[in-house]
Amino acid sequence: MNLLSSLSPAYAEIFLLTMVCVILVLDLFIANHTKTLTYLMVQVTLLGCSLITVSTHQGGIAHLFNHMFVDDLMSDVLKLLTYLAVSMMLVYSRTYLMARGLFTGEFLGLVLFATLGMMVMISASNFLSLYLGLELLALSLYAMVALQRDSAVATEAAMKYFILGAMASGFLLYGMSMLYGATGSLDVGRIAQVIQHGTPNKELLVFGLAFIVAGLAFKLGAVPFHMWVPDVYHGAPTAMTMFIGSAPKLAAFAFVMRILVEALQPLMIHWSGMLMILAVLSMAVGNITAIAQTNLKRMFAYSTIAHMGFMLIGVLSGTVEGYGSSMFYAIIYVLMSLGGFGMIMLLSREGFEADNLNDFKGLNQRSPWLAFMMLLLMFSMAGVPPTVGFYAKFSVLNAAVQAGHIPLVVMAVLFSLIGAFYYLRIVKLMYFDAPESHEKLYLQPDSSLLISINGLAVLALGILPGTLMSVCAVSVQQSLLH
Amino acid sequence: MIFGYPLLSVVIWLPILFGLLVLATGNDRNARLARVIALVGAILSFLVTIPLYTGFDRMTSDMQFVVLHEWIARFNIHYHLGVDGISVLFILLNSFFTPLVVIAGWQVIEKRVAQYMAAFLIMSGLVNGVFAALDAMLFYVFWEAMLIPMFIIIGVWGGPNRVYAAVKFFLYTLMGSLLMLVALLYLYQQSGGSFSILDFHRTALPSLNIQVLLFFAFFMAFSVKVPMFPVHTWLPDAHVEAPTGGSVILAAIMLKVGAYGFIRFSMPILPDASHYLAPLMIALSLIAVVYIGLVALTQSDMKKLVAYSSISHMGFVTLGFFIFNAYGIEGALLQMISHGFVSGALFLCIGVLYDRVHSRQIVDYGGVANKMPVFAAFFMLFAMANSGLPGTSGFVGEFMVIMGAVKANFWYAFAAATTLIFGAAYTLWMYKRVIFGAVANDHVAHLHDIGAREIIVFVILAIGVLVMGLYPLPFADIMHTSVNDLLVHLATPKVLN
Repeated sequence: MNLLSSLSPAYAEIFLLTMVCVILVLDLFIANHTKTLTYLMVQVTLLGCSLITVSTHQGGIAHLFNHMFVDDLMSDVLKLLTYLAVSMMLVYSRTYLMARGLFTGEFLGLVLFATLGMMVMISASNFLSLYLGLELLALSLYAMVALQRDSAVATEAAMKYFILGAMASGFLLYGMSMLYGATGSLDVGRIAQVIQHGTPNKELLVFGLAFIVAGLAFKLGAVPFHMWVPDVYHGAPTAMTMFIGSAPKLAAFAFVMRILVEALQPLMIHWSGMLMILAVLSMAVGNITAIAQTNLKRMFAYSTIAHMGFMLIGVLSGTVEGYGSSMFYAIIYVLMSLGGFGMIMLLSREGFEADNLNDFKGLNQRSPWLAFMMLLLMFSMAGVPPTVGFYAKFSVLNAAVQAGHIPLVVMAVLFSLIGAFYYLRIVKLMYFDAPESHEKLYLQPDSSLLISINGLAVLALGILPGTLMSVCAVSVQQSLLH
Repeated sequence: MIFGYPLLSVVIWLPILFGLLVLATGNDRNARLARVIALVGAILSFLVTIPLYTGFDRMTSDMQFVVLHEWIARFNIHYHLGVDGISVLFILLNSFFTPLVVIAGWQVIEKRVAQYMAAFLIMSGLVNGVFAALDAMLFYVFWEAMLIPMFIIIGVWGGPNRVYAAVKFFLYTLMGSLLMLVALLYLYQQSGGSFSILDFHRTALPSLNIQVLLFFAFFMAFSVKVPMFPVHTWLPDAHVEAPTGGSVILAAIMLKVGAYGFIRFSMPILPDASHYLAPLMIALSLIAVVYIGLVALTQSDMKKLVAYSSISHMGFVTLGFFIFNAYGIEGALLQMISHGFVSGALFLCIGVLYDRVHSRQIVDYGGVANKMPVFAAFFMLFAMANSGLPGTSGFVGEFMVIMGAVKANFWYAFAAATTLIFGAAYTLWMYKRVIFGAVANDHVAHLHDIGAREIIVFVILAIGVLVMGLYPLPFADIMHTSVNDLLVHLATPKVLN
């Protein structure tokens, strides 16, 4: 086997890296203010990546670069969805960013670098490559948040994000180094073997685990490591908020899977309890605090915290069923979050951000269709059938019940009841209240089409959720067959 | 699939499709078109349910008209529909009311007509789904989805305090449903990975403690919907603020969904807990009957009065269920149907007055009979039925429940029978103050009697009330086998000691 074909599982990453370099150079020669060509090239690159990922897919698990890199069904599925989420985010945010002079070649470059970082995270099977992917993603995100240089809030948000993010990375590295000290390896599979069959220092392991869980919680935004989330979500330009709140959650899920499940499965008894505390606190703080918000982006920030808590319930159940349901939850969350932020950007104009709750007043009278789409998204976030958000909650709760965590499940449903209130409030504003302005909405055809697809997908997946659920379950199952 | 097509699927999806069609007519420029399509849809949806009655086999307690497809294979969830002698009646009742509601809102609703009509049609389909679902998850999906249109109906077309009422309604019912979801997930685990309600009936739950916990989880969901005594406070708010059509559907249909839940889930799945907690259930029911009856007496708002009267009558229903004999359960079911007719009709009557005077306060009326004699006659009939006059539908159910209660315990029956006094008192006193006497004020003096559209609705309801009162056999007959089957389930303890 020659070198080139042996690299086939990583073709998508290699292609993307090449394309970023090409696009960044080419962009210098494109004077066009709207950057149409660059934009199209980015979309084509993402499309190309998905074609490559699909065509290089093989049944089993392939390791590459000395076990640094793994290609399995879960990574392929998550990567495909990442491309999709990034591409959707670009469609939603193009007009919004152009109106603010942020739709530049650097932005598009950063988006692609962040995508590459996520792909590396998803496919990493060594702590080093995991960390590499994480930092590539994080650095791109810091820069994206800071891109709006003349905005004080955005700069502040970037600063907070950077400092806290760096601290979280420090936690992670510290935890990883302890695990390395205890097991003598950075390889995910090897660590699991050593813990299971060897005699590593138990204290060191658990100590390292605590740091790793704290670092993960920082990255996910789980309480009590959530402080950065509302400020960053609020301060960053909405397009960047959307980016932070969507595709990286898929990568974060993969990250959790690779570290906690594939490497540290034998320590489940320890991390399951830690995650339980994180989950309950996240759901409590997220849902209760969200009620007090008047800014939609802040509200979504707290709702993200709550959703991450819910997602952790699946992981902490410690069963294949649970991991699959968490993956499903993450995917559905990304879909809803894209729609929610997409709606804010759709209603925003030059010099006007529709991120206040009152901006949604009487939307039903201004545009019944958009209001209906938002209604679907909100009920889905609240977890009301027949929208898909219900099945996400359902599958996670089911896994927790099977694992015997009934009190946790009862708490989860009570907090999601509290959560329903603030989603309901948006529906109330749209349908029951009179609009504050009767200004005509200028809707971009591409993003309005996308929001319709997005909203209807929430409904359609809610009516037929079976396929996606099975895909998640099967891919998690396969990737755990070492 | 008796006629070669999945009848129950049609019963569920036809109104929903028509609802979407109505929605597609767009804004209020096409209001007339929206109304016509809605009416055609509602009538067609009722007509397709008739074969459910005519083709129903009364000799068996098995599910009939069964439709079974795989839905979510991963969790063994099926698209499983079927009706027995109990649920078939409620599907008929629901489909029967949809055209009436459409007609009732014909002129009154002027803004966003298409959305209003569509919400009712979609809800009608979803409610049919609740009654026909034999898979617990399918049931749950319909059960929750039903909240969305009702939330919108109250919130958009309701009265001044509508937002509060809508949100209260939604959160109250959601709280109950979520606990039920936990119970369903637990049962899924216990039944070895099946969500079929019929499998749940056979699932062994040998510990009484577990059964009691599950019972309370279901109780939260169903008692809120019924509504039973301590969790009834959302109902008067929702009723008062909802538009007439919304009140009618709430009273006639939505409340029945909760009671149906007891019959389909709590009692057969948890027979021991049902017996164990029966004294509590009976106590709550009797409090509803007596105490809420007294509360109704003091109301000055007509809609609130009928709302409290509904709670009191539904107390009769839950009482009938938990005395565990055939009289009680059949009486309760008949009471549910009758209450559907009567409370629906009363809300329509109040709607007629409200459309003209824009007040629901009793003091704003007096001497209406002088101006609206035809209306007064219909109102009289429905008021009598509400107080349980023999010959009207209200009497049959109450009488049977009281008979059943006598068999269980004389004092239950004694307390329950006070409703015949209180019910008559609050209904007829309201009737007297509104209808009789001298013309009270200018508003009343300018009243004009009901028109053909309203007369049609009232005639249909009056026929229903009288037929059921004079000849209840067709209603009782169809449920007989299924009720016996339910009693067998109830008499078979799952706890062995």
